[in-house]
Amino acid sequence: MKILEIKNLNVRLGGTKVLEDINFEVEKGEVLAIIGPNGAGKTVLLKTLLGILPYKGEIKWQPNIKIGYVPQRMDIETDIPLTVAEFLKLRGKIVSDENIKEKLKNVGLNENILKSGLGKISIGQRQRILVAFSTLNDPDVLLFDEPTADIDIAGQESIYKMLHQLQKSFDFTVILVSHDLNVVYRYADKVLCLNKKNICLGTPKEIFNTEQLLNLYGGEKGFYAHKHQ
Amino acid sequence: MSILIQSIIVSIFVAAAASLLGSFAILKRMALVGDALSHVALPGIALALIFNFNPFLGAVIFLIAAVTGIWFLEYKSDLSVETLVGVFFAASLALGAVITPEHELLETLLGNIASLTRQESLISILISIALIVFILKIRKKLALNMISEELAQSIGIKNRRLELAYLMIFALIVALGIRFVGALLMGSLVIIPAASAKNLAKSLNSFLSLSVIFGIIAAASGVYIAYIYNFSPGPIFILISAIFFIISLIIRKFNQI
Repeated sequence: MKILEIKNLNVRLGGTKVLEDINFEVEKGEVLAIIGPNGAGKTVLLKTLLGILPYKGEIKWQPNIKIGYVPQRMDIETDIPLTVAEFLKLRGKIVSDENIKEKLKNVGLNENILKSGLGKISIGQRQRILVAFSTLNDPDVLLFDEPTADIDIAGQESIYKMLHQLQKSFDFTVILVSHDLNVVYRYADKVLCLNKKNICLGTPKEIFNTEQLLNLYGGEKGFYAHKHQ
Repeated sequence: MSILIQSIIVSIFVAAAASLLGSFAILKRMALVGDALSHVALPGIALALIFNFNPFLGAVIFLIAAVTGIWFLEYKSDLSVETLVGVFFAASLALGAVITPEHELLETLLGNIASLTRQESLISILISIALIVFILKIRKKLALNMISEELAQSIGIKNRRLELAYLMIFALIVALGIRFVGALLMGSLVIIPAASAKNLAKSLNSFLSLSVIFGIIAAASGVYIAYIYNFSPGPIFILISAIFFIISLIIRKFNQI
């Protein structure tokens, strides 16, 4: 069952074309990974899907779909006067203590963390809290924007393991932005390569032949194109 | 009711509303907006004095025009909003200072809560209460908006509308507070109690409560001391708040060791 359909999606920010003629579909229960070099428009694509940015073209979500969003980062100070419990409760009425306990368990965190300050916990823990926050309403789709440099590789790996577990147990659809091709290869059902336009779309096995990747990241030609006379 | 008691009661309510708002201004790192806004109120007050209508009304009209302008510019202009605000608002202060009748200038700049009539006091209290209730009602949305706009948007919060509401609250509180501490010190009425509270608070609830408590204590004691020693109450309020801030800073350093 189709859960999302994108046709001729174009996004301009401040006069610059950031996304051009994007087309893809997402099926229910699928894990779609969006990959591409820095500045390719991956985060912009996620934000456009959420309805945060203006666009031209068609974004068709299945009616009444519930979307959860895990942003790349939160720009907060370490001494922000806000506990983890209070942060989760900012979500409003749907948050019961039961619900919070359940979601914390899902993301593999102990209840002790509820009393900690949101700015005091590690970035990896904060990422998990964000996942807990965005799953409080039991969404049908989770949009996950990978944190770039903030988390060490081991931390990232375990977050993907957790996402994978979550996705298996609750059968939601995942659209994730990732830089880690290894993770994409293992966890994604479908890969969208993005560099302003969508350059390729397919299963990880189809995508991960060198030519496609070279096209996406500029590859050898980009770096070494010089002629000897 | 004596002027002293009336002034103390009004100052308590205005300070409570201002320091509650201040907590969110600190969260959003918008500490200087209050200062800039208070300058805009000045020409409004001056015109009210010249044409003989209520200064509160003059201030409100100018402030609401200003925040609506900021709200539009925030999204429309390529120029940094801070730059525009800096230039435009300093010009307002200058204009206000030029056209304010000279014998009123000191009071407009430094405030004088004792000059409020019974009716003005009552209106100030009622508006303060309404603003406090409103801020508490939207506090979760505001906090989330200030931590991450995207996260707020993703759960269906209308950020643009929320920001306009926030700026309108700000405008009204500046208009109220200007009678108390004056145009020069208005920004501090909003910010200092919240800044002190942030040094001590670990949770949002304690942050908001401490900020309001600091505001109230400084207001009541400030007005009282000013009355006894015949000072202007606004500056005394700010000085007491600043002492609270220093103490909170010392406690914070102490806690970190």
